[in-house]
Amino acid sequence: MSIPRTLLGLLDPGPSHGYDLKREYDGHFGQHRQLPYAQVYAALTRLLDNGLIVMDGLEAGAGPERKRYMITGAGVSELSTWLETPEKPAQYLQSTLYTKVVLALLSGRSATDVLDVQRAAHLQQMRELTRRKQEGDLAATLICDHALFHLEADLRWLELAAARVDDLRREVLA
Amino acid sequence: MSATQAGPPLLRADGLHKSFGATTALAGASVSLFEGEVLAVMGPSGSGKSTLMHCLAGITTPDAGSVDYGDLRVTEMSDAGRSSLRRGEFGFVFQFGQLVPELTCLENVAMPLRLAGRRRRHAEATARQWLARLDVADVATKRPGEVSGGQGQRVAVARALVTEPRVVFADEPTGALDSLNGERVMQLLTEAARETRAAVVLVTHEARVAAYSDREVVVRDGVVRDVSVLT
Repeated sequence: MSIPRTLLGLLDPGPSHGYDLKREYDGHFGQHRQLPYAQVYAALTRLLDNGLIVMDGLEAGAGPERKRYMITGAGVSELSTWLETPEKPAQYLQSTLYTKVVLALLSGRSATDVLDVQRAAHLQQMRELTRRKQEGDLAATLICDHALFHLEADLRWLELAAARVDDLRREVLA
Repeated sequence: MSATQAGPPLLRADGLHKSFGATTALAGASVSLFEGEVLAVMGPSGSGKSTLMHCLAGITTPDAGSVDYGDLRVTEMSDAGRSSLRRGEFGFVFQFGQLVPELTCLENVAMPLRLAGRRRRHAEATARQWLARLDVADVATKRPGEVSGGQGQRVAVARALVTEPRVVFADEPTGALDSLNGERVMQLLTEAARETRAAVVLVTHEARVAAYSDREVVVRDGVVRDVSVLT
């Protein structure tokens, strides 16, 4: 999963600080592993270097000054392209897809589009495997069967996620 | 657009609405089927996909919206007209229960030709060829209750294709079969349909079945989404 792109998604609704971004990231995606500060600032530096975010001023507080970051037009385009592009169908995609769905909901984009574009990519790969199976020998058939069952499991997850989008929206935006 | 989508649609539904009492099955469903393509209609249970298929096939009349088959407006045809259209142009495969239990498998497959007025000898000769094509020639003299589920579905596919229809409607055709038999039915159904240039409307909730299609649409809450345009 891309941490810089995820932070970009969290900055899409409005400017924020590194500390708040980390808290928001951990709240949505850090169930198993919270994001270390070093990784937050490394990702923000990369986004700044690539012109996808800019500094939006400094705020004085009780502690050190806090930098505010804001997404740029190029950042919004980069985020949209990432959300609209299906991932290569493979095992263990769920965390990336879950992130994309949550970011789509947070930034007011269509989470159903994210899931449907992935669904179309999965089914396309299943078509290719089915074709290969019909043309191949028994060994090829068994290998394709294995891949087909895994892709089917992903697709069932995508369908269930699509059916739960409204519930997830309520939870994410609460 | 897939290679099969050249030219005008063979069958087109536009803005279909259908309710059963207080339950809305279709809420503005639109879809097109092109000549020779296998179209998978997917969606969760109760989404309206079977109702959509029944409207496309002229079995159910929608409350609003239109269905066109070539130049014919199916939704404005009489019951007799739609019945004749179904017999002459369409073939059907359902999940189960479609074969007449009192007739042999051969007689079941020959029945659509007999209803179309063909002589028994000719109808049964053609039916025999289709049973062989579907790899179930050996069950010709058996009754549906005496054959396995997979064999029965292959007989049903033979019956759906024996009149060489232009559209085959298949509603969960492998729903009652195990994986291997389901795969065999899908292979034979899609191969035979492609050889005879029949278009197929394949209603299924199984992705491995939908993988035999050229294109898929998803029905959710009575509305059709063509997900192929998103990629």
